[in-house]
Formats: sequence, structure tokens, C-alpha cells
Amino acid sequence: MEFSIYDLTSFTQWIDSSLRASISPGWAVAIEMIIIGLAILIFFALVGLFLVYAERKVCALMQNRLGPNRVGPAGMFQTVADLVKLLFVELVPIKNADKKLFNLAPFIVIIASIMAIGALPFAKGLHAIDLNIGVFYLMAVSSMGVIGVLLAGWSSNNKYSLIGAMRSGAQIVSYELSVGLALVTMVVLAGTMQLSEIIEAQRWGWFIFTGHIPAVIAFVIYIVAGTAETNRGPFDLAEAESELTAGYHTEYSGIKFALFFLAEYINMFIVAAIAATVFLGGWMPLHVYGWDGFNKVMDLIPPFFWFLGKSFGVVFIMMWLKWTFPRLRIDQLLTLEWKFLLPINIFNLLLMALLVLIGWHW
Amino acid sequence: MEEAVLNVPLEKEEYIINMGPQHPSTHGVLRLVVSLRGEMVLNVEPHIGYVHRGIEKMCESLTYSQIIHLTDRMDYLSAHINNEAVCLAVEKALGIEVSDRVKYIRTILSELTRIQSHQLFWATYGMDLGGLTCFFYGLRDRELVMDIFEETCGGRMIVSYNCPGGLMNDIHPNFQKRTKDFIKYFRKTLPEYDRLLTGNVIFQERVKGLGTINRDDAIAWGLTGPVGRASGFSCDIRKHNPYSAYNKVTFKEILYDEGDSFHRYKVRMDEMWESMNIIEQLIDNIPEGPYAEKMKPVIKLPEGEYWQSVETARGELGVFIVSDGNKNPVRVKFRSPNFVNLAPLNILAKGFKIADLVAINGSLDLVIPDIDR
Amino acid sequence: MDNIQLAATAAVLAPGSETVQGKQFVEITVAPEFLVSTATALKQNHETRFDMLVCVTGVDWGKELGTVYHLRSTVFNHMIILKTKVSDRENPELDSLCSLWPAADFHEREVYDLLGMKFRGHPDLRRLFLDSTWGYPLRKDYKDDINILAK
Repeated sequence: MEFSIYDLTSFTQWIDSSLRASISPGWAVAIEMIIIGLAILIFFALVGLFLVYAERKVCALMQNRLGPNRVGPAGMFQTVADLVKLLFVELVPIKNADKKLFNLAPFIVIIASIMAIGALPFAKGLHAIDLNIGVFYLMAVSSMGVIGVLLAGWSSNNKYSLIGAMRSGAQIVSYELSVGLALVTMVVLAGTMQLSEIIEAQRWGWFIFTGHIPAVIAFVIYIVAGTAETNRGPFDLAEAESELTAGYHTEYSGIKFALFFLAEYINMFIVAAIAATVFLGGWMPLHVYGWDGFNKVMDLIPPFFWFLGKSFGVVFIMMWLKWTFPRLRIDQLLTLEWKFLLPINIFNLLLMALLVLIGWHW
Repeated sequence: MEEAVLNVPLEKEEYIINMGPQHPSTHGVLRLVVSLRGEMVLNVEPHIGYVHRGIEKMCESLTYSQIIHLTDRMDYLSAHINNEAVCLAVEKALGIEVSDRVKYIRTILSELTRIQSHQLFWATYGMDLGGLTCFFYGLRDRELVMDIFEETCGGRMIVSYNCPGGLMNDIHPNFQKRTKDFIKYFRKTLPEYDRLLTGNVIFQERVKGLGTINRDDAIAWGLTGPVGRASGFSCDIRKHNPYSAYNKVTFKEILYDEGDSFHRYKVRMDEMWESMNIIEQLIDNIPEGPYAEKMKPVIKLPEGEYWQSVETARGELGVFIVSDGNKNPVRVKFRSPNFVNLAPLNILAKGFKIADLVAINGSLDLVIPDIDR
Repeated sequence: MDNIQLAATAAVLAPGSETVQGKQFVEITVAPEFLVSTATALKQNHETRFDMLVCVTGVDWGKELGTVYHLRSTVFNHMIILKTKVSDRENPELDSLCSLWPAADFHEREVYDLLGMKFRGHPDLRRLFLDSTWGYPLRKDYKDDINILAK
């Protein structure tokens, strides 16, 4: 069996064939689903842990200090320590809160994130579900997180949480338009919504280079709107510490709060991963048409690391934005979306369509 | 505390929110009872008194040298300037003229205090508005000033270096060199503050046009300090009634016309430059002389009433002493600038949104212990 | 204006008052009935123009309660002191100057809180620092049970 880290299809085929050989096809599919589910959950947990630690280190270095450096070598186990503490925190029951919805809300947010992770192409062959409407599916599924936010705010029986949830809900719903339109612009360039084909089409140049002007505009809009969608960065009025309260997750404590917290970081990773896939080539290394030696060198790095590197690069940009800029007020936020980003987006879409028709892309 | 009742009955769709005494952005224990309709502020009522320690009553049982240590704890970010106010009042009443050395040193330390207070203002204002990095940069540079204070005066924030007749002790031999090094460093660093916050579009949109008050209203409400100067009210005591060594230096009084939160912020940033100019004019020319005059061990002011104004980092601090010839005063009153600057908050914030209330409150740069005394 | 001219002008503006040259500034002592009229005259007269109320101090003079107003003119940069005394210690009342200078609002609330002096015509006279269980601490006959600073 030839396994290579450059093409994991052989590895996944081997698992599939050995399962089908020993058990009936139905059970084989079921066991495969369990394996994929576990893998995604473990990935979810690890990335969450890593991102929380990375944020604290990045923020500390930008603020001229060190960040966590006591727990474990260079503070690596800080998040584990925080998680253990959160597990011990008392779950305060809220009087007059709708208990079912109150407990359900964090899980809805987590489920939406996991569903999105399932469709991401991590490497060649490491793609859980390769739908032919991949981009559309990703947009649809990440919108479901809003339900969790609104439920959390409403079921807390707390007027500050409600205000925070309403603001957050309005913000997320508005910025989804911009995210969607930016992605649709790239779909126009690619000609397909299937993620693996989008990546394949970037073999001789990432879309951000081949699509030049409209792609760069779409990328900038996508980063801004994606940050706003995840309630991060300069758009975090709904959960700002120095405003009224902690927003929609005020009344949550312990493990439920940890779920919201983790979901925010995973959402940030998902937004970055989609940006990496659609704009920056996913797991495709940087190739330049005609420079064979350069391409051979680029191919030495396995695709999985290309994907992670690009995603974490975009995550770093998002963190950078958060720790530099002050916050936008809620009405300025919505004005930005409806009066500025949306018209620019629509115009950009037309521009991209024009480009594709005339053939002015590489 | 009086019960939290607003004096007007609630209108339809109006609800009340309590930005309680513990709140990350009220800069101390200030309670704001805010009446809102949706996001719009209808009425703001400040409730104070959480840090009332009865300083003025305590002063009636203490001697004049002991009063100085209480003044540190009022507006603790202008501690040295507060001390200076009481010392100047006592020296004026006794008719004592301190040596030039004392005047120069007092002025240099006052200007360092002003710089340090405005650094903290910048740090916390950025933090209130969401730019958390500003907090660390501002405080990092403030540490340098605190180190200078610690070496010479013995205390970082609570200084108590002045005493009636002069200073408690002479300056440390390192003082001049460290101050000059700090000025050189800070002249390079202050433009960074402008790049990070002042020029940022998000910050300007958040803060411009907020909480405007015009010049006549500022005079009628008695607003002094950067708040008054941003509205065009020329109220700098250092220019109008100079004390210590201020008549020996040239500096500009920063005035703007617009009177909104952004210009209150700009006045403080520009004042830091002017303070550095003042220090540079004085630091190399400190004359020789005694660091304190010979005073009687028990100070008794002649009978009468005495008033002294100084310019703290937040406005005009007035010290009013009523004496009947004994060693304890009959009445000491501190006209604190923050007390007066808080009063028009209702007018400033009416009609704006709740997020703007935080920005307006931050731009007034209040220190609550000074309000409560 | 220097103090001599100020004293002369003030004596004209405030009939029935006592104008002396104090240690630093001119001090006008008026009876409580003439407080508002004197203050208005001082504010509106073209030669004095005291448009800024710097400070209102409540003082317990031993037998009487009084207030001391420090006024400043931003136009001419001179200061004057306006004093008034009330001999009724049970129910001291004065007229409020809020209509002339809005700055008087908080100051007069503080004097009411710490000395018990009521101000007629004040828009919202409530205690400022303390609650209703305290007496009036700045009075000389206030009983301080804890008495941290023993004489």
C-alpha cells in the first residue's frame, strides 16, 4: 500500500475497502460516519484549544507583554487549565428562564459549526463531504448559528441579554449578505460551487491573483464581513466588556459558556478556512505557470500544511484587526453594511461577471 | 444614598438602566441611572458619594502640614499639584517667599504629573472604546514617569513631596538626567499614540460631535481644564494667575472651538506636548538654593480667609481656608474640578446613544474620589 | 479692575451690604434677602461682569451658618467674594442662585447635604453624598461617635 502525505485518497480508500471487505456495506458506512464524526470533534477541540492560546499570545505580543508563559512550556497548556476550571464552575440555574431553550442554545451554535467543518477540504482526499453545492451549503449552514444566539438572549430572562442578542442577531443577518455576495463573486470566476473543483481550478494560480481587482475587493469585503459575522474584532459591541454587560451569554456559566466561547473561535477558523479555500487556493500549493523548479519546491510541503498555514494566516489578520481598532457602534456597524459594503459588493459582482465574459482573467 | 428615583415619571417605552457603582468604564465608583428609550438616552442622573471620606471635616482636626497628605488622595492623578495648592495657600497667608529652586522643582514635577495623568486618560479612553492595546502602551510609558517620581519623592502616585515652605527633601541626583531621557523618549513615542488612535477613522466616527457644549454654557457651568478649553473658554490658571515658576516659561494655551468629545481628547494630547516644552525650559536651569524655608514647628495662619487656585490636569482646583489663628483651620474647602465637570453630564448626553454615554463620560476624564472628597 | 475700584463699584451695586477689603479679595457681606439681587447686579453690570461662579462654600461660623460665594469675571479676570449668614440654625434657608449660574446646582446640594442649609428655588434639592440617616456633619455641633481623629 502506497500511502503518501501528498495524496490522502489512497489512505481513505484503504480504510473504506478494508471495512467493506469485513462487514456489510451498511455497517461500513455507519462506522465510517462515526470515524469521521470523531475526527471532526477531535479537530474541533484541538483547533479551539490552539486558537484560544494563539489569541492570547498574539494579543500579548502586540501589547508589548508576554502572555501566558507559566502553565506548561511557553504556556501551552493554559487553555487546558482554563477548560478544567470552567468544568468546575457552578452552573447557576436561572429563575423564570425557559430551561429547554436555555440549555439548547449553545448546542445549536456548536452544531452549526460542526456541520460547516464537515464540508471543508483539508487536503487532497481529506474531504468529508464533497457536495456539488459546496459554497452554498457552507453559507446556509453557518447562518444557523444566529438561532442559537437569539435563543440564548431570549431564554435568559434578562433585558441586557435580550438587547445584546437582538443587536447580535441583526448584525449577523446583515453581514451574511456581504459574505454571500463575496463568495458568489468567486463562484462566478470559478464556474462551479463544488469546493474540490474550485481548488483544482486554482492549480496554476490562486484566485486572488488570477481574479485580480474584483477578487481582491471581494477578499477585503469577505474579511470585514466575516469578522462581523462572528462577532469579533471591531464589531464586537454585542459582547463588549466595557459596554453594559457581556451580551447574550451573560447568564451562562461553566461548561455552557465554554461552548459559546469555543464556538466563537471555531467560527473564526471556519471563516478563515473558507477564505483560504475560495481565495487562496485551499490545499493547493503556490504554483506559477511555467516556473517548474519553483513549483517542485512548493510541492514539497504537504497540502495539509498549506491549508492550515493559509487558514491560520487569515486568522492572524482577523486577530490583528481586533487588537488594533476601537469598536464600532451598532448603528455605524449596520450603516457600514447596508450603505457601503452591499453596493460595493453588487458592483464588484457585475465587474467580475464582465471580466469572466471578456476573458480578462488569467 | 438617596433612593434611586428619577424625579420625572416614566414615559411610554422608557426604561431605566443602572450603570452601577462597579462598572468597567465609569472610571471609579460612579453610579449613573440612565433612562432610555430604545438606544437613546433621555436622562442621566449621577449618584455620587461612594468614596466620600469626609476630607474637609477631617481637615478641621489636623494641622496644615497634615492636610497635605489628605490632598494626595483626592484627585490622585494630580497628587503633586494638589499638594502644591495647599502649600501655596499656606505660604501666601504667612507671607513666605520660597526660593526659586523650590519653584522650579515644583513646576517640573507638576508638569510631569500632568503628562502622567493625560497618559492614563489616553490609555483608558482607548480601552473604553474597544482599542484595548492603547491601555498597555499608555501605561507602559507612564511607568517611566512613575519611576522618576519614586526615585525623587518616594512615592509613585501618592507623592506628598511638598510641605509648607518648600519640599520635604532635595531632588535625587539622577532626577535631571532621567527626566531629560524621558522627554527624549516620549517625544518619539507620542506620535505613535496619534497613529494608533487619533487618526483612526473608527475612533473619529465614534467620538466626533459627541457631547457638545459651547463657550457660554461652559462658563455658566464653571467647566475648567481641558473640558472648558475644548469649548473655547480660556481658563488656564497657569496663564491668568501664574504661580510657582509659570511666569518664567513660555507655552501655549490649547484652545479649540468645537467643544465636542474629540476636541476634549485633542486638548489633552496637545497639552502633553506643551508640558514637555515647559519641562525642557526648566530642567537644565534649576537654580541653587535651599529646598525649604525655615518654618515654625507649629504653623498657625493669621485670622482670615485665603483662596488659592492651581491648574490640575483636570481643571481648576481651588483651596479655601478659613482660619481663626489656631493651628487647626476652621474650614477648608476644596473646589474640585471633577465635581463641577460632572454636573452637566445630563445635558451633554441627552439624545445620544448608550454607547456614546461611555465615550462622553470618558472624555470628561473624571476621577471620582475628587468628586466625593 | 483692581480691588479698590471693585470695592467702590460693589458698594454702589449692593446697597445695605458691608464691603470690606479682605486679605486677598473684596468681600461683600449681604443679608439673605438681598442675596439674589446683589448677585444679579454683580453678574449683569457692565463693569464687573461676574459670569462664572467658581465655588460655593458652606461655613459654620459658630453661632451662624453661612455661605461664601467666589465669583470670577472671565472678561476682566477679577474675583470677588460674596458672603451671607443665616442665624436660624434649626431651619436655615437661603435663595438658590441656580437661575443665574447653573454651576450652583451641585454646589448647593453639597451645602445642603453637609450643613443642612436649604435653598429655596433649587430645582432638585436632594442629599448628594450621604443618605438620610446622617445628620449634618460639617456643623460644629455634630456628634461624631467614632471620632477617628481624637484631638
